[in-house]
Amino acid sequence: MTRARDVLLDPLFNKNPIGLQILGICSALAVTSKLETVLVMALAVTFVIAFSNLSVSLIRQQIPGSIRIIVEMTIIATLVIIVDQFLKAYAFSISKQLSVFVGLIITNCIVLGRAEAFAMKNSPGLSFLDGIGNGLGYSLVLVIVGFFRELLGAGKLLGTVFLPTTSDGGWYLANGLMLLPPSAFFIIGLLIWALRSWKTDQIEEDN
Amino acid sequence: MSRDSTAKVLTVAFLLCVVCSILVSAAAVGLSSRQEQNKLEEKRRNILLAAGLYDAGIPVEDQFSTIEARIVDLQSGDFTAEFDAATFDSRAAARLPETNRLIPQEIDLADIKKRSRYKNVYLVREEGRLRQLILPVHGKGLWSTMYGFISLSADLNTVNGFAFYEHGETPGLGGEIDNPGWKSQWPGKKIYDETGRVRIEVLKGQVDKSAENFQYQVDGLAGATLTARGVSHLLQYWMGADGYAPFLEKLRQEGVKP
Repeated sequence: MTRARDVLLDPLFNKNPIGLQILGICSALAVTSKLETVLVMALAVTFVIAFSNLSVSLIRQQIPGSIRIIVEMTIIATLVIIVDQFLKAYAFSISKQLSVFVGLIITNCIVLGRAEAFAMKNSPGLSFLDGIGNGLGYSLVLVIVGFFRELLGAGKLLGTVFLPTTSDGGWYLANGLMLLPPSAFFIIGLLIWALRSWKTDQIEEDN
Repeated sequence: MSRDSTAKVLTVAFLLCVVCSILVSAAAVGLSSRQEQNKLEEKRRNILLAAGLYDAGIPVEDQFSTIEARIVDLQSGDFTAEFDAATFDSRAAARLPETNRLIPQEIDLADIKKRSRYKNVYLVREEGRLRQLILPVHGKGLWSTMYGFISLSADLNTVNGFAFYEHGETPGLGGEIDNPGWKSQWPGKKIYDETGRVRIEVLKGQVDKSAENFQYQVDGLAGATLTARGVSHLLQYWMGADGYAPFLEKLRQEGVKP
């Protein structure tokens, strides 16, 4: 049981895909200006990682080594298209805001990374948990980034006003930089700094 | 059969493709009616937005019921009852030889090659009098065909609102045609000068507010010269003699007939 728990929870802090491996940065910059899009994106990515891990693990004994990456990519692409179709049908306005970034989950390194590094070698159950865990690790960072960007950039959280901005007659002068992608770099940088000050074994050695 | 034999590779690849394509097709087909419904609602929402009537609190269908949809024959400039305005699809009509017009290259400013001879137009009336006229326009940007609605005031010359509802321009550059700040410049601009020539245009750079042509000009978009040119050209085409000009002229002289 401890193995299962480690597989599920390690990606949150000890082996966070964004914090430790610095993967999946592209979408972390692109979709985090609002918490609403963050939640949908996080859900979509978690779903894709979990089920791609599960499917790859189920057929891992059958996949020939020479086409293994192609097989993994095909499975991932299929899942992403299905997610995209569902979003277009049931969350149309959010899917418009996420635009191309749903499709780009296919190229999110975390998904292929987990399929190749974990699901090819482990049982379906563990692989599924690993997918959920890594999805949650990714989601955690995105939610933190989205929280600060929406709060400081627009004075809102999930569209509800918390800091009335001066442009709407309030007192808070909104930080426009927070709405631009570079601000996500700063927040992720600070997060990684905090994480590595807490868990010093994550610090990379100087060459 | 060994795991890396050619036969095995082909079998796995084939089976995987079959399974994946079934899943993808099932999702696409099964969800298409809901997606179409969403697209229709989005289009109606954009018509309301262009007219400045949209209220997020009321279902789009209810709000749209106050708008009168009609079909116009662009060549004669008359309303036509030949098609049902609720179901007429001018994009499909543009593909059929019976209902399309091939646009001669020298006047094809919008770069669309052919268009439907009939177009949906939307009328907003108050106590029977025309308040706003909403016209669909489209044309090539840099990468994509941009589809939008322009709303005119009762004088049929002043812009009331202009917005695109479908395009594939670069997010952050050409995609800024969706930026509310940029769109807010359109209301109040004039389309025609006294001689009836189409003057409206998107500049390269900023509008000089003291210039005499100020009322016909809109700021360009940084890094999106070609998209902005596309916007100018499509308006010049659709507002011109091969577009809505004959219809607007008739409407000005005769008013809206029931």
